[in-house]
Amino acid sequence: MKRTPISVWAALAVLAAVTAAAAFAPWLVPGATDQDLMTGITGPGPGHPLGTDDLGRDVLDLLIAGARTAVPGAFAVAAGSMLIGNLIGLTAGYFGGWADTLAMRWADLMFSLPALLVAIVVAGVLGGGYGLAIAVLVVLFAPTDTRVVRGAVLEQRHRPYIEAAVLKNLSAWRIMTRHIWPNIASVALANAFLNFAYALVSLSSLSFLGLGVAAGSPDWGRTLADNRTQLLANPWAVIAPGLAVIATAAALNIVGDWLHERVDRRGRAR
Amino acid sequence: MGWGRFALRRLAGTAVVVLLLSAGVFGLLYLAPGSVQQTLLGTRPATAETIAAIQARYHLGDPVTVQYLRWFGDVLRGDLGTSIRTGAPVSGMLADRVPLTLALTAYGTLLAALAGIPLGVLGALRRGRAADRLVVTAGVAGLSAPPFAVGLLLLVVFAGWLGWFPGYGTGEGLADQLWHLTLPAAALAVGAVGMLLRFSRAALVRELDQDYVVFARARGLAAPVVLGYALRNSLVPMLTAAGLVVTGMLAGTVLVEVVFALPGLGSLLVDSVTFKDVPVVQALALLLTLLIAAVNLLVDIGYALADPRVRLGGGAS
Repeated sequence: MKRTPISVWAALAVLAAVTAAAAFAPWLVPGATDQDLMTGITGPGPGHPLGTDDLGRDVLDLLIAGARTAVPGAFAVAAGSMLIGNLIGLTAGYFGGWADTLAMRWADLMFSLPALLVAIVVAGVLGGGYGLAIAVLVVLFAPTDTRVVRGAVLEQRHRPYIEAAVLKNLSAWRIMTRHIWPNIASVALANAFLNFAYALVSLSSLSFLGLGVAAGSPDWGRTLADNRTQLLANPWAVIAPGLAVIATAAALNIVGDWLHERVDRRGRAR
Repeated sequence: MGWGRFALRRLAGTAVVVLLLSAGVFGLLYLAPGSVQQTLLGTRPATAETIAAIQARYHLGDPVTVQYLRWFGDVLRGDLGTSIRTGAPVSGMLADRVPLTLALTAYGTLLAALAGIPLGVLGALRRGRAADRLVVTAGVAGLSAPPFAVGLLLLVVFAGWLGWFPGYGTGEGLADQLWHLTLPAAALAVGAVGMLLRFSRAALVRELDQDYVVFARARGLAAPVVLGYALRNSLVPMLTAAGLVVTGMLAGTVLVEVVFALPGLGSLLVDSVTFKDVPVVQALALLLTLLIAAVNLLVDIGYALADPRVRLGGGAS
């Protein structure tokens, strides 16, 4: 067993901090969105380690509160697409035939679309806000789960334990969910982490363009958009949320890659 | 399967995708909240005259399929309708903005290729060592960084603190324009560098493990020659990466153009989406669809050039 690399520990630490901020933001920073127009935008100083933004809101408080907006939406996208993608991937891989062809053609079509552009067009024209943006991203991200899961199922499909289960006359649903899925769960989970990272980036991009969370919400992308016209008055109002998005997404990608590699190694050792 | 049949099959596939998506693009008109007539009126007053004009243009009384076919026919003839926001013909608005976005994408792709592929090669050659770990980590960070955040960070550092590059605008003359586009192109390139680096490193690592590399080394061939063999064989995954890079960049230009206040297709898309200027959004969506389909077609043809087994219908991936 290889030692866990330092970068993975660092990534896990970042994720723990972000999760804590998302979970406890209302208690940690109850007044994050309180405006103080008299103060306005200031650089770092006493009482405000990262300064304030143009509405006089403390940047550090906004940063912590932003995790609560940014993370659950991205989590919903990753979980939703994992559920749909796994169901379709299991079905396609297990039954094969026309179900497989249909699922793969659908995945090909979705893959030819850049998710962010579709989300911008659909969420923007429909004007449905954050919920719609999440739904669109779930549909667009599910094919990556579908492909990965289908591939993993195909590898399991002709193993003896499945033949045994079929001979025992177990239902296809039971074989897929109870027998195959536990064997491919780590692959599915690793892919969900990668989707999580991409969803976080996409949702913050939408918020940055004003198509995601409502105005005034303490979202990282939104904070960036609110303060980008005053770059020099307090650069930290832009640097801090920018780095927060990058660090969180990078941490998710590192953990996802690490899980993938572990699965790969185990597969080879067998 | 020869070249002719291969090209024909790929073209047919692309045409099917474009047709499917064009139906979706047309459907945007019906997806927008409120009646179609309201959407097309925008902020204009609903007089008998304006309504009659819309009826004459869009034939809203006809069945939807007929409307779609008429719309598609107009598009094929180059008539993309008029903007609700400005009242100007959409085709002219697009033509004004296409050069900037194409220049930005090309510049960004160039920067990404110049940085990403050499770094990937370096990582593969120094596999497992400190330089490799650094390259891989930098690649993950690049892949994770949304272009708008990178763009703003670049603005703070290089335009604000150091003052090396201009912050906004497009500039006059070729050299000045390039100078103005450098920061936006760099912001676009960061994600692409991560992608190219990862694909080229992985492909090369796989090739360097192959028997032919061992034999070539054993025969005493010079290291650059051996690297050349391995690189040629890693072309297919690199082409996959290139396709993903260009489509990713077209999405990224939207964010980067907003950050740097550049008048390109991306900022037009955001303005039009915010204003619910559906004809312009439709035209842009269609144009981007065509661009992406063209890129994917080129990548497919590239596969066939790099690996004849693809063209001959073999099982190569």
